[in-house]
Amino acid sequence: MLIQVRIHGRGGQGVVTAAELLAIAVHEQGLFPQAFPEFGSERMGSPVRSYVRISDQPVRIRTPVEEPDIVIVQDPTLIWAEKVTAGLKPGGLVLVNTELASAELGIDGDLRVVTVPATKIALETMNRPIPNTALLGAFGGITGLVSMSAIKGACEHRFAGELAGLNIACAQRAYDFVSALARN
Amino acid sequence: MARTLEKTQVMEGSRAIAASVQRCRPQVIAAYPITPQTHIVEHLAQAVANGELKAEYVKVESEHSAMSAVLGAEATGVRAYTASSSQGVLLMHEVLYNVAALRLPVVMTVANRAISQPINIWNDHQDAMSARDTGFIQIFAEDNQEACDLQYQAYKIAEHKDVLLPVMVCVDGYVLTHSYEPVSLLDQDLADQFLPPYEPSWALDVDRPVTYGVMLGPGEYLEHKYVLQQAQKRALGVIEDVAREFGTLTGRTHGGLVEEYRLDDADVALVGLGSLVSALREAADQLREQGIKAGVLKIRTFRPFPAEKIAAALGGVKRVVVIDKGYSLGSGGILGMEITAALAAAGVPALVDRFVGGLGGRPIPASTVVRAVVAPELPRSQDGFLDLKPEYLGEGD
Repeated sequence: MLIQVRIHGRGGQGVVTAAELLAIAVHEQGLFPQAFPEFGSERMGSPVRSYVRISDQPVRIRTPVEEPDIVIVQDPTLIWAEKVTAGLKPGGLVLVNTELASAELGIDGDLRVVTVPATKIALETMNRPIPNTALLGAFGGITGLVSMSAIKGACEHRFAGELAGLNIACAQRAYDFVSALARN
Repeated sequence: MARTLEKTQVMEGSRAIAASVQRCRPQVIAAYPITPQTHIVEHLAQAVANGELKAEYVKVESEHSAMSAVLGAEATGVRAYTASSSQGVLLMHEVLYNVAALRLPVVMTVANRAISQPINIWNDHQDAMSARDTGFIQIFAEDNQEACDLQYQAYKIAEHKDVLLPVMVCVDGYVLTHSYEPVSLLDQDLADQFLPPYEPSWALDVDRPVTYGVMLGPGEYLEHKYVLQQAQKRALGVIEDVAREFGTLTGRTHGGLVEEYRLDDADVALVGLGSLVSALREAADQLREQGIKAGVLKIRTFRPFPAEKIAAALGGVKRVVVIDKGYSLGSGGILGMEITAALAAAGVPALVDRFVGGLGGRPIPASTVVRAVVAPELPRSQDGFLDLKPEYLGEGD
């Protein structure tokens, strides 16, 4: 089993933290994670990427993810700026942070596009426009690869004090949001 | 008795390395920040500032000063640590020879990075390779668990009475230092059991003033180098003993001098250093699925160079494919040359293909390795360079 995830966002949006949190949650789930940022000189606002691999055994591939199973887009403007779906496997999942409906994004191909208003959730929940933990909750809800309890554990490991609780609340709201989508 | 392994946790490589260094209880740390080493020394500086690590952290104005400061500290009989990368390792160069020849068991982590020009912050092995003749022991980590475990082993090897040489722990910059993966640290009691306090065989003392580092003339200098070479050779056995002892204590082994993977019945051996070895393992598995009996020889210890071990491990293969991430311009891939020499000296008849790739951070996927095995003609015709992009080459290149 090897599931490869590519996260697109902009410098300052917590793209690396998103990968780290997912890796910790995957580990809490009893699987082997690997996460790393696109190596380079990141600048605030510039397009950045991070990568996560999820496996049932230690991961020994260390090259950037070029053929992802799942793509997470933290900033919807990137959809028009670069080919975020490049290399995505047929039937692959694109999880986009936007208030738009998936059909409005113009993402073509044999792909499953799910949209979540992660920035809105983050602003309402913790008054910060950092969408990563909401997207992590949505990721868990859609894929079942990480449970809400594993996500909670990851947030408690990574964030101190009140920030942990606020991020868990973001994740929970997005988790519930996608679960409701699945029921409808 | 609480001598246990800590629970496995997902950590950034640099942070895990810093936590491991902290558990080695260095008494003096001097370092100058340089990408991609920075996070390692940031975490250590923080540990010192927070009082979690009782050490003197010396802020210096350059890497030349950093290595000079740890030289001086170690000469007073304390355990000292530094870390660097790329140009930083080059700026230290003259001091590296001095630390080794003064028999000071300093440990330095190198977050391996390419060398300018053109400026490039990404990973290859040129910085470590440029220091291969200094007298430092050089050991390369394949993954972050090994990078952590090597910190303890490095001090144990360096401070061994039969060795007394500095050790460079080579960790692929970014690829390992900036990656998050599960690692298990030693708890402090277990670390202390494996690595007792440093007992220097000599130390500078203002109450009993002596001079070390004297001038030697043509009558003695040659012998001094011979003695250093003998210490390097003794380190071959010590490195294996220390790896074995660490394995017994923790249940974790990463090889001593070399490590074999599926080599027993192999026709083709893939050979490399550092995190590239993981790609070689992947490539060997893929080649076997294609019916090519491939295996891997991980060169864990590059200095001292374990020539006899390598010749013994590769004695049965028909072909050896070495992939270098360091290059001697005007000659060739550095590991490849040494492997060729080791096999020739031992009368091993295998054909050796010497390739170079990954310079300046170009990824080497398993597919590149597989191609080097099944379609070697093009890179052979291009001085061994893998995956050259013709659009960047001029006529006559």
